Amino acid sequence: MLNKRTDGNAARAALDRVFQALADPTRRVMVERLSRGPASVTELAEPFEMSLPSIVQHLQVLEASGLIRSEKVGRVRTCQIGAAALGNAERWISDRRATWERRLDRLGDYLEETDPERPRKKTTNRRRP
Amino acid sequence: MTDWNQTARSVKHATFTIQRTYAAAPARVFAALSTKEAKGKWFSGPAEWTRGKWELDFRVGGREVSAGGPPGGPEHIFVAQYLDIVENSRIIYAYDMFEGEKKLSVSLATFELAAAGKGTRLTLTEHGAFLDGHEDPAQREHGTRWLLEKLGEAL
Repeated sequence: MLNKRTDGNAARAALDRVFQALADPTRRVMVERLSRGPASVTELAEPFEMSLPSIVQHLQVLEASGLIRSEKVGRVRTCQIGAAALGNAERWISDRRATWERRLDRLGDYLEETDPERPRKKTTNRRRP
Repeated sequence: MTDWNQTARSVKHATFTIQRTYAAAPARVFAALSTKEAKGKWFSGPAEWTRGKWELDFRVGGREVSAGGPPGGPEHIFVAQYLDIVENSRIIYAYDMFEGEKKLSVSLATFELAAAGKGTRLTLTEHGAFLDGHEDPAQREHGTRWLLEKLGEAL
């Protein structure tokens, strides 16, 4: 029961961050967009007349609150709805999807690496995240 | 419904689709999905997870088992049975996901391969039933509905 109290304080602090994040209309639009599926930073920036650094700053606030999470694959950072914005079932679906996205990307890497027509080079220019 | 110690039974259904186009012929993609050696190269949990049991019997009625989990955390176990296989074109399997002893979900996964130029378009469709995860009030507190209710109260 003592743990419950500590959990309660932590939960309130987490909730404060969520409210703070949602207090801004730009960020609410971003969350609303991501609730329909993952999107790149560029896609999220599209509806706004705002510099990229400002967009990124908003996304950082959202990520710190747990409302969204992001992952960089190659040069593209993709955002998706985070645990704080999801119920259990939605979180499960989001996790399944994210797992598959990651696996199918790795499948792509594997197919590329094992391509029989791929020219053999000693050095590679491919950028790794 | 007030006795939260009892496992409340619930099912939530969901479907999602993911598409990818690969610069590889359908036969190569099919091989990567169906041979143990190739599949082991890309089909696994997050990199930091430990790898447990792993078996693949790729034929209709055959099983696939893949286990692993976060270090020190519960083992996640994937147990699949292949239901339909059309070479270079289609794979359907049903699978259970367990976390330790607890069954989390039952799903049907369909992989469709279609030639796209010199490459292959892969479409994965998953139909899932998420089990008994709805009624834990402590976890549900983090859910959207609760959040929106609180937001409504605050406005």
